[in-house]
Amino acid sequence: MSDESVKLSKNLLRMKFMQRGLDAETKKQLEEEEKKIISDEFWILDLPELKAKENLIVQEPSFVPCEDLNYGRMSFKGFNLEVEKLMAVMNPKDEEEEEEEMRTMQTDVTDEEMALRYESLVGSMKKKFVKKRDRVVLEDDLNQNTMEAKRVFLKPQD
Amino acid sequence: MFSRLKDKVGQVQLPGDEFSWEAEDTIPLTDPVRPERVVCGPGLRRSGDRLLVCKSGVLRHKQPNVFWIDSQQRRYVPAKGETVIGIVTAKSGDIFKVDVGGSEAASLSYLAFEGATKRNRPNVQVGDLVFAQFIVANKDMEPELTCIDSSGRANGMGVFGAGGLVFTVSLGLVRRLLSPLSEIRSDLDQLFPCELVVGMNGRLWVRSPSIQQTLIVANLLQSCDSMTAPQRRELFRRVQQGAL
Repeated sequence: MSDESVKLSKNLLRMKFMQRGLDAETKKQLEEEEKKIISDEFWILDLPELKAKENLIVQEPSFVPCEDLNYGRMSFKGFNLEVEKLMAVMNPKDEEEEEEEMRTMQTDVTDEEMALRYESLVGSMKKKFVKKRDRVVLEDDLNQNTMEAKRVFLKPQD
Repeated sequence: MFSRLKDKVGQVQLPGDEFSWEAEDTIPLTDPVRPERVVCGPGLRRSGDRLLVCKSGVLRHKQPNVFWIDSQQRRYVPAKGETVIGIVTAKSGDIFKVDVGGSEAASLSYLAFEGATKRNRPNVQVGDLVFAQFIVANKDMEPELTCIDSSGRANGMGVFGAGGLVFTVSLGLVRRLLSPLSEIRSDLDQLFPCELVVGMNGRLWVRSPSIQQTLIVANLLQSCDSMTAPQRRELFRRVQQGAL
């Protein structure tokens, strides 16, 4: 038999049971070929490296946020009360309107009313913090102010 | 770019016009400021560093940095987040097919209704009207609708439309009706009690106490498309006096 006819195919040499009998050189050769096959199987795109750039333009496909459009359900003159309630909830109020509301809210209690209220509050708070004995005195003072003559014990005449 | 956009606000733009993101002509003497972000609404399209106009109309601006093209059209293109009036055209398994006037029918899951569970199906028939919101809307995929908000409540969405009338108007009129300081709405407020559902797809639904009044409101709104403000006021006044 000649040398050529003895040569075994690569696929056969790669099999597990053939590995033991192989010499170092053919082993290395086989491994290299295998690596080549594996790397060929992966595709690599020949593209320039992508550079992450900050995107300064944001796209918005809808008109709704651009024009601040209202909610699409509406009812007039109290035809559908449920929808009118919904309108109040869903439609964001105008800033001016809100400001107006704030102003009216602030004038709910006038300064004079507030002063009157605090005036009475001062008295009642003062009462709270004085001692019991002093409180009697305080009340007496108040009574004196209100009533002209202080009642005194009138000794009955015999 | 920002200043260039601002210069064109209020002017008519045509498809193909572009704004590029080049360096400004003058170099600022102070430190380089941070480039401003720009939000481009409908009618403007981003292409790399350029901003292209893709609809003809007037360039509009809202503080601080929103730009869009104000155009007149009747063709509806679904956009995410918009609420529309749809007509149920088919029931198939667990989704409904809904016609919204776009290029493709939208799908609406039977679970996307308030209070719906696997066992408790919503009562939706073919031909019903639904007021729904887009949760998926892009040019490559089938649009998808929902009738509940993120917290699971209907908030006025869902099946509606007993005893009313649906008709179609231009998208511009719909936007005029919905704008916060709408004159048409305040004019309408003075007529008679009625209810309106406005879909961003150009469909309107009207209901009022009688059929006659419903028809009057529908005709008025349809004619609003092609009327100037004084003409409209005059017409509304005449209707209010009972001339029509």
